[in-house]
Order: sequence, then structure tokens, then C-alpha cells
Amino acid sequence: MNLKLITDIARSLLLARWKQTLVAAIGVTFSITMFIALLGFMNGLNDLLDGLVLNRTPHIRLYNEVKPNDHQPVNQYKDFRSSYNFIRSVKAGANRQELYNSSAILATLGKDERVLGYAPKITSQVFFNAGTNDITGVINGIDVEEEIRLFHFKDYVTSGEAIDINRTSNSIILGKGLAEKLLANLGDVVQLTTAGGERFPLKVVGYYQSGIADYDKVQSFASVKTVQKIMGKPGNYITDIQVKLKDMSKAPAMAKEYSNLFQCDAEDIQTANAQYETGSFVRTLISYAVGITLLIVAGFGIFNILNMMIFEKMDSIAILKATGFSGRDVKWIFLIIAMGIGFLGGIAGLVFGYLLSLIIDQVPFTTSALPTVKTYPVNYSPVFYLIGATFSLITTYFAGWFPARKASKIDPVVIIRGK
Amino acid sequence: MANCILEAKSISKYFYDPVKFKVLTDISFRVNKGEFVSVTGKSGCGKSTLLYILSTMDTDYEGDLLIDEETMRGKKEAQLARIRNEKIGFVFQFHYLLNEFTVLKNVMLPGLKLNRLSAAEVEHKAMEKLKMLGIEHLAGKNANLISGGEKQRVAIARAMINEPHIIMGDEPTGNLDMKNAEIVFDIFKKLAEEYDQTLLIVTHDLDFAKRTHRIIELEDGKLV
Repeated sequence: MNLKLITDIARSLLLARWKQTLVAAIGVTFSITMFIALLGFMNGLNDLLDGLVLNRTPHIRLYNEVKPNDHQPVNQYKDFRSSYNFIRSVKAGANRQELYNSSAILATLGKDERVLGYAPKITSQVFFNAGTNDITGVINGIDVEEEIRLFHFKDYVTSGEAIDINRTSNSIILGKGLAEKLLANLGDVVQLTTAGGERFPLKVVGYYQSGIADYDKVQSFASVKTVQKIMGKPGNYITDIQVKLKDMSKAPAMAKEYSNLFQCDAEDIQTANAQYETGSFVRTLISYAVGITLLIVAGFGIFNILNMMIFEKMDSIAILKATGFSGRDVKWIFLIIAMGIGFLGGIAGLVFGYLLSLIIDQVPFTTSALPTVKTYPVNYSPVFYLIGATFSLITTYFAGWFPARKASKIDPVVIIRGK
Repeated sequence: MANCILEAKSISKYFYDPVKFKVLTDISFRVNKGEFVSVTGKSGCGKSTLLYILSTMDTDYEGDLLIDEETMRGKKEAQLARIRNEKIGFVFQFHYLLNEFTVLKNVMLPGLKLNRLSAAEVEHKAMEKLKMLGIEHLAGKNANLISGGEKQRVAIARAMINEPHIIMGDEPTGNLDMKNAEIVFDIFKKLAEEYDQTLLIVTHDLDFAKRTHRIIELEDGKLV
């Protein structure tokens, strides 16, 4: 088979019918454009929504749950060891929320190669005093530098500087909703009461906005030291350690390992946020389904146009066959026509898809729920471009295959006799 | 006999639609090198059918066909296409030029397909053929922009590009006026006598047939 000659003939047939070719190519271009823009936009949105939770969720969280002891005395007693014991009204014992031996745990984490970083944290219930009202809230003592590095804390501090809670003593960053309830402006001092009944004045140095309103109505942040001081605890008192791993997929296994090693509870991100992955998966699935449907529709367009072209070119096919072109040659001529349309349309589609993504990326999108986002998010992953290119060739190949096979089966005698 | 280009050995052919009908019965003849043979007969006597069998395009027949002393029985479609490309040139009643190409490219196509010579050599040869037929000035024109008589001459040039063993014609003058028919006939005659080209032409034009070297006459699917 003489590929150069076949390509040459295919090109001439294409150019002779350039209007039809253009229409078919525009069909492919349109579908690839939409495919790229849709997937880029959908995944940008997915990343944003996932990031909303996943970015600031530790891969493994070490803590002590308030829960009844697994080893109840009756089960330990040797007479009842072989029987099944029902115990009513089991209550949690006087176990502490503190992580035991926290400095040793931190040192071990520091040496672990798989760990990207960790941030100690203290969480405590407090009351904020607004006039005569007490508003329940949560104060988080955080290592602000590590929080910024690992969990993008800075992105969520909408007014003031996150780092100020380290710089200014007795300072606090309030959740946006909480600050509104307290009518607290930057620089104001708010009073809070600990569970133990002690009152503390703290200076407001920033607002925190996560995008989840209920969360913002109760949360507040101060440095670890400040919270230890409020609660009257020593410098090694920590209730949580948040661990970020180099490879997130190892979290469930490592959570088990740490739980055994440190004798505390360990929760991995997959267990904590399973529903977010499901949501992303379904959204991605829908966008692929729509994109591929568009491509298949474009494929039918090419199929139609090639079929028409074959009817028009019956004579040419007959004479090509009479002068020595085999059925296979004819089939390849039409396949190359189809794939040429797919290739040109596909390339244009990738370019237009990229341009459309750029345009979407410029459309303003402000919502109080997402303080860091100013325009619609778009994901520019080359994977979509690769899939788009591959699919444009595959669909046009199949769209061309049936008409091409028909052309290859044309009997020149029937055509020539018919005249 | 030496130089037998084409031999039909008791070829029979049936049509099945609408009823089984024997079109050709036991046709045997040979064509030697340099002969100018015409096949005549009344309309519907099967002469075109015979030509398509001889041209290898129709493979549904009984008997045997030898081209260049090689049997065509049991050959695959691609092999037959190769033989048509290499050994047979066609001129049809209708010219069948590809409108997408220039005259020159139309002539060159079978040569490029054969792929024995380089593109430049094929082009040179195509120009030679066009010159021989007195139409070299048309080379750069698009095939749909020339007259009917010219088209038929281009078709002859295309038939000759691969130096075929035999040129087959199916009513090559059927669509032409007297003057152009005369030109085409003269070309065939010249090819046969000056270039020793073997020709097998199907025609119902008895005047045309009488001026060829040999007439094969068909009547109701049989040789007369």
C-alpha cells in the first residue's frame, strides 16, 4: 500500500468538498471544546470543594475520645471470662482528653519519613460573653506557623494577619459568624469563660472564614500557649495532633499503626471524609459522560457526511478500483478522510477548549462562603487534553470505519454498467 | 501460439436476478500481442458482461481466464487489483475522470499506484502520453473543465500510463460525436499499428468494428 498516494487522494477529496469537511470538523471542534471546558470547569469546582474540607483536614488526627473503657472489670474477672456479659449504663470513666506523653509522640512523628508535617492543637469548649448573653464556642490552640504551612490556615483569615496570634499576647482570631454575634471589631477585646469558670480577656486580631457558616459561628483560634494559659494547663498539654502525610493514601494503615503505638485514637482522612470523594467521583463521572456523548454525536455527523461523500464519489471509487486500487486502498482513503477531520477538528477543539477555560477562569465568582475565590475555578490538567485528543481520533475512526468499509465493498462493475 | 496475451477458456456466466439466466455460453478465444480486436453484437447479447469478466472485475463466472498465460481463477481481490493496475488499461463509454484532480494527475494516478517509478518519472511519462495524444496543453487543467472528446483522450492516456499488456474499451466512442469518435478510433489504430499495443474493444458500432483487425461477434451469449 502506497500511503503517500492514498493520503494525497484523501486530501484532494477532502479539499474538493471543503465546506462539508469544515462542517464535520466544526462538529468535532465544538464537542472537544465543550469536553475540555466542561471537564476543566467541573474539576476546578471539584478541587475547590474538596479543598474546602480536605486542605484543612489532617490526614491523620491523633486524639483521645471520651468513651467507656473497652476493658470492663467484669470481663477481666476469671469466673465470667468465658461467658457473654451484658452491662447496662456503662459510662465513660475519668479519662483525660489530653494526649499522654505528647512530647515523645511529637518527637517520633518528627523522625517518621512518611510524615510531611504535624501540628499540635488544643481544642476546648468556652463561653464568649456578649453583654448578658453567653455564647458557646470552641477555642483552638494552634501552632499557627505549621497550620499555615500544612493546612492553608492563612487563606481562611479574611481580615488581620494569621501570624498575629503568635506576635500579640492574649490575642484571638474569631470565626466570622461568631464575631458578628459578638459585635467584635478588630482590636476589640472579648471576654471568654472557660468550662472551669475562669474569665479571660482576649484581643481580636483577625476574622476566620471557612465557607461553612455553622463552623464559623463557633470556632475561634489562639496560640497553643494562650489556650494552655486560659485552661491553666502546663506547657505539654495537647489534645490533638494533626499529621499531614507525603502520601495521603497511606493514611488508613498508618492511623492503625499510630493508634497502637501511641495508645490513643487515630482517625484517617478517608474515614472522616468519605462522602467528599463520592461527590467528586459522581461529578467527574457526569462530566465525562456528557463530554463523550458530545463526541459521539460529532461522530455521527462525520458518519453522515462520509456516507454522502461515498454516494457522490461512487464513480471515482469505481474507476480507482478499475485502474488497480484494491478495496483496502479505498477503505484507507476514506478512513484517512475521517481521521483527518477528527485530527484537525480535535486540534482546533483543544485550542478553543483552552481558550474557553481561560475565559471561564476570568468570570467573577464571589461568594461569602468561599473567601479565597474571586473567579470560577478551572483545572488545566493535561490529562483532559490527552483524553479529548484520543477520543476525537477514536470516534472519528469508528465513524469513518463503516462508510469506508462500504466504499471498499463497492463493485465497480455495478457502477460502470449502470451508466 | 506465441505471445498470447489473453485467453478465455469456455467461459459461461449466469445472471440470477430476477430469474436464473445464462448470459454467456462456453466462450473461448485468444488475443495475441499487437492485435486490435473488437467484440460486437446486439445490445444485450452479453458483450459488456464478457468484457468485465475479461477485465477481472467480475469474478462470478465458470470457465477459466488467462492473462499473460497466468490463470485468474482463485486470485484474491487485492491480487486482481494489482493485475488490473499493471497489465490492463481501461477506457469506458463514460470517461470516469476524477474531478478533484488535474488532467495530469488523473493520468498519473495508476502509475503512482503501481509505484514502480518515482513520481517525477511517472509525471514525465504522463506528459509523453498526453503529447502523443495531442492534448499536452490540457495537463494543468482540472478534469471537469475539458470537453467530452478531450476527456476520452485523457482516459486513453490514463489507460496507457503503466504500459499495459492490453487496453480494454467498453464502447469508448459511444458517447462521442462523429468527429471525436473518429479521433479516438484513429488513436486506437495508431496505438495498434505503430506501438504494437494490444486492444480489445467492445462496440455495437459495426463501422468501427469493421476497421479493426479481427471481429469477435456475439449473439445470445455465444460466439458466432
